[in-house]
Amino acid sequence: MAAGSTYTPIATTTLTATAGIITFSSIPSIYTDLILIVQGKFDVAGDLRYRLNNDTSTNYSFTILYGTGSSNGSARSSSVSSGIGDSYGNIDTTLGNSVQILQFLNYSNTTTYKTSLVRSNNASGGVDALVNLWRSTSAINQIDLAKNSSMSGTWQIGSTVTLYGIAAA
Amino acid sequence: MPILGILASAITGNLVTNSYESIATVTVSTATPTISFTSIPATYTHLQLRGITRDARSVNVNTLNVRLGNGSIDTGNNYAAHTIDGDGGTATAAGTTSTSKMGFWIEPGASGTASAFGGFVIDILDYKNTNKYKTIRVLGGTDLNGSGNAHLCSGLWMSTSAVTNIEFLNNGDFNFVQYSTFALYGIKGA
Repeated sequence: MAAGSTYTPIATTTLTATAGIITFSSIPSIYTDLILIVQGKFDVAGDLRYRLNNDTSTNYSFTILYGTGSSNGSARSSSVSSGIGDSYGNIDTTLGNSVQILQFLNYSNTTTYKTSLVRSNNASGGVDALVNLWRSTSAINQIDLAKNSSMSGTWQIGSTVTLYGIAAA
Repeated sequence: MPILGILASAITGNLVTNSYESIATVTVSTATPTISFTSIPATYTHLQLRGITRDARSVNVNTLNVRLGNGSIDTGNNYAAHTIDGDGGTATAAGTTSTSKMGFWIEPGASGTASAFGGFVIDILDYKNTNKYKTIRVLGGTDLNGSGNAHLCSGLWMSTSAVTNIEFLNNGDFNFVQYSTFALYGIKGA
């Protein structure tokens, strides 16, 4: 069996000024999976949404499993113009209240649609497990992160996002 | 205004990048009903499996299962599993005891959206400890643009043996299709 160290930090953004969109561009295709860890703060609480390769078409869909602390449930959206990074485990107006971990599996292959798995947590909101599908066989080379399906709103100072790459043997 | 990330090479501090290692990967080129990892070394503290799968059963979705073993795969009724599953409308919990495999998370079958694959991340915790049973946890899901499920699962292998073998199989023993990928990683302890 081959072996090699991996789980490599690719890039980190910590905002020193507010921003509408956080972008990771020119992502190299040298890994197998990407992991994105988000610890953010919005101007007003909202959902983390993302677009891949600047694809603004309705090529995204997702299924959500959530718990609120007093109830649980599931929801879905189909043929929408962005993927999702949380539901009840969403980003609010306090840094440290939430964390979202997005895993883009086999992101660099050019033969399959892209599936991502997400675990999101908000200390006062709830927890989620989510699965997204991006109906494209393109390798992922750009990730844009923003608030709500409108991809609007404002990231606040101190928000931190780190992108890691995992390379399979 | 877009904000670009900072290249990792520009980060100062104590980045730890040598504790997570790729051990082996299987990418299906010819359809096969089982995927196996054997002779897993006891040099790590935890194992993680990551992958995308799809199978050949003529249904929208089918269930993916995993078995463990030491020297060979344990096919006895030595497994238990629990799950909470969201199907887009309802969250449902379920469990099994004394079964011959662990599995609840689903993958697309032959009738599912073409080119869509389900995903999983499985942690096998303290896999080489010979004093306790082995627990796994799973984050899994399949979305097919109008159907699909998200899952959180746990599994128990009722054996104190170290894990040296892992096997994936589908309900009904249907084949994994081309491009299904299974990657095994080891996580070191201090």
